[in-house]
Amino acid sequence: MVKLRDPKSVMKLSRLGSFHQSKLSFLRSFLKEFKEWDYNRDLFTLNEKGYGTAVYSFKKNKRVYSLICFANELNESERSDRVIATKWDAAFTLHDGVPTKNDIERLKKEVPKQEIGRLSFKELTLSRANKSIRVFNHVVESLSNGVQPDISLLSKVGYLYRTTAVYGSGKFGLADRFRIKNRKEIYGPFRLEMMLVYLVRQFTFDQVNHVAKNKNPRKAVNLNPDICRKLGIGNSTGLGMAPFIVNHPTLLNNWIYARETALKKIREIENVKIEDSDLFKTYLKKSLKNITSWNTESDYQKKKIKSLLNDLNKLIKFIEDNFDFSKKYAFNEIYLWVENNTGEECIEYVVSMMMEPYDSIVTPLINQMSSEEEKYFNIPTDRTVLDLRNILEDKYLHLLNIDFSKNENNQNFWFISKNKEEPRMANRFEEKGSELEQPLAIARDIKKLYEKLLLSKNSLTLDKFLFQNSELRHVVRRAFIAEKFPYSEIQDNTIGKNVVPIDMLRLKLSFFGALKFDPRSDKWLRICMFQGAPLPEQLKNFEDNWIYS
Amino acid sequence: MKSLSEIDVISKRATKAAGYSWGIAEEVGKNIKLLELFGLPGVKNLNAFYKSKKKNVYKNLKLINIENKSPNEKLCPVITGLSFLDQIKTLESLEEIKFENIGYPILFIPFVSRASEVIGKRLLLKVDDKKFLFNFNINIYSNFLSNETIELAKNVLVKFIDNSDSFEQKDWEELYKLSENTFVEESESLKKTGAGAGLNDND
Repeated sequence: MVKLRDPKSVMKLSRLGSFHQSKLSFLRSFLKEFKEWDYNRDLFTLNEKGYGTAVYSFKKNKRVYSLICFANELNESERSDRVIATKWDAAFTLHDGVPTKNDIERLKKEVPKQEIGRLSFKELTLSRANKSIRVFNHVVESLSNGVQPDISLLSKVGYLYRTTAVYGSGKFGLADRFRIKNRKEIYGPFRLEMMLVYLVRQFTFDQVNHVAKNKNPRKAVNLNPDICRKLGIGNSTGLGMAPFIVNHPTLLNNWIYARETALKKIREIENVKIEDSDLFKTYLKKSLKNITSWNTESDYQKKKIKSLLNDLNKLIKFIEDNFDFSKKYAFNEIYLWVENNTGEECIEYVVSMMMEPYDSIVTPLINQMSSEEEKYFNIPTDRTVLDLRNILEDKYLHLLNIDFSKNENNQNFWFISKNKEEPRMANRFEEKGSELEQPLAIARDIKKLYEKLLLSKNSLTLDKFLFQNSELRHVVRRAFIAEKFPYSEIQDNTIGKNVVPIDMLRLKLSFFGALKFDPRSDKWLRICMFQGAPLPEQLKNFEDNWIYS
Repeated sequence: MKSLSEIDVISKRATKAAGYSWGIAEEVGKNIKLLELFGLPGVKNLNAFYKSKKKNVYKNLKLINIENKSPNEKLCPVITGLSFLDQIKTLESLEEIKFENIGYPILFIPFVSRASEVIGKRLLLKVDDKKFLFNFNINIYSNFLSNETIELAKNVLVKFIDNSDSFEQKDWEELYKLSENTFVEESESLKKTGAGAGLNDND
């Protein structure tokens, strides 16, 4: 029997910040779920410059999801990926059902306004995106002259558009999750966000073809579908995503637990079939292309990529020179070798790769990655101080050793910015506002709780303890969640001097299925989604290994 | 229309801004969402309470007794409700609990509803002349169908309803008899091949 990996090491930020896409990733499971659905472009009324409205849909039986796109003219001076922007090249919403003319007119007024617009319960997700002007103009220019664009430029950037936010779950009046949660096709997390991004990708191809055609109707050609497949949708992601994983502990647990369960089951395979070991080796080698084409200006990421590539080459050599897959528990042996001989980036990369041959292990886990969070909200106040102290010593031992009286361990605070209502992080000794700190300093507050518990009577029940300590109620709740859910807490200090917030973003984005993380600072990064994915019209015949093709 | 998710988030932040801890703010966020989901005026009463709280003092009742008299001070519905919820396991053996002068009692309702789920018992809440029956936090029956703000409840009573049948034994027997019409009489030979048949039970 192989044990699940210890949360105390898996849940360290540096480890979480080394996660990679896998078969569990949401964009891959979305494509598998919707592969049998009928895709259609229902409306495409753009002018010669590419501005106007388009509607795309996925349909099965009586269920229809429609992406409504509004493409607008934007001055160069107005184009910004920052969350404080107020205008974008295009704005999108995913509508539940077939939109009426009235719906489209209503949404035309609201969707381009994004955060200050109002959506209805008939809309499921909301997003906006900006063109990569350099790439978009180059593609239009090439196609209108009857030639395909420069592949090297396209592969360097990887997309025509990048989204700057994707909203769901009740934001700005969108449908609450409870309205749709019983639909089988969206059991996996973020399915509808993935659908939106995927259909937006198709819109970008249709728009670029349309503009090129209008520019030079006689000569223009369409963008080659093989080139389209090599393009994804970019995304700029900032700190807004980081608190999500702290604020949704059971969801975080279920994501990581699925991954850890898959790894455990694979390590427990006594006799690995030849076809499975061959698949692993093939994908491992093929996947190197995704690393060598990973472009970034970030020294932090460049170092990680370099070490990943070195480690993977070491692993491939180890497998080719010495390794016998016919021995018992072969994947367990490979895993242990990787743990002992490579860095965190490589360990987590190999964990992802090991899942590739095992649909039978991974697929059942996908539907367990959502969470009914409210079930675990109530605090069991009939439990005692001793119970709670034992939980803290068991689940948070490493965090209890941090000395928060040192400024370096207490340097940052998380807050919500007044102008955009978005999460931000700042140095509490240099910036104002730390008195309005968000409850995201879990390690520090757990330590405070522990110190209070040490001074309380063991037999005291928590209803009485909370009389005097209501400021610690949020972490009392978390501790009982951690008792049931081993991977629900980040085992690191999220306010320390050395915290790298993009590690938190990377964790979430890896579960989305993003590739080519490109940190632009320690607080935001760019990624690419659906690069290499089949186009909607190819979906019915695609293979799940498209990501390595 | 505001989504329940927006109602949760804004109520939570407003509660923190009104001076409560984040943990209590989380409770209130969930509660207001629950009230609105059940069609009760949560947002309206919360807003009115926080405006009132700036000018008036509300007493924080922490230890709940059988009778909770507060003749001269209004009880804070948030802290009173939270104490009730937190202490519900020690209170459930009681038949009823009385409170005097709860401010903005609509805000007390979701704590009682959640308590009903925690102990697995129905609870009846009387807020002066208004009645609310809580069914394990699944739904609320009430004679209060207004969208109004209630500033004060002079007399509040929580009654614990034992888990018992809501019908007479006779009703059950008659219904059972009718249900028997879906059964098939087993032949003797089938009886002999049923589970356990043919064996010596003392072997």
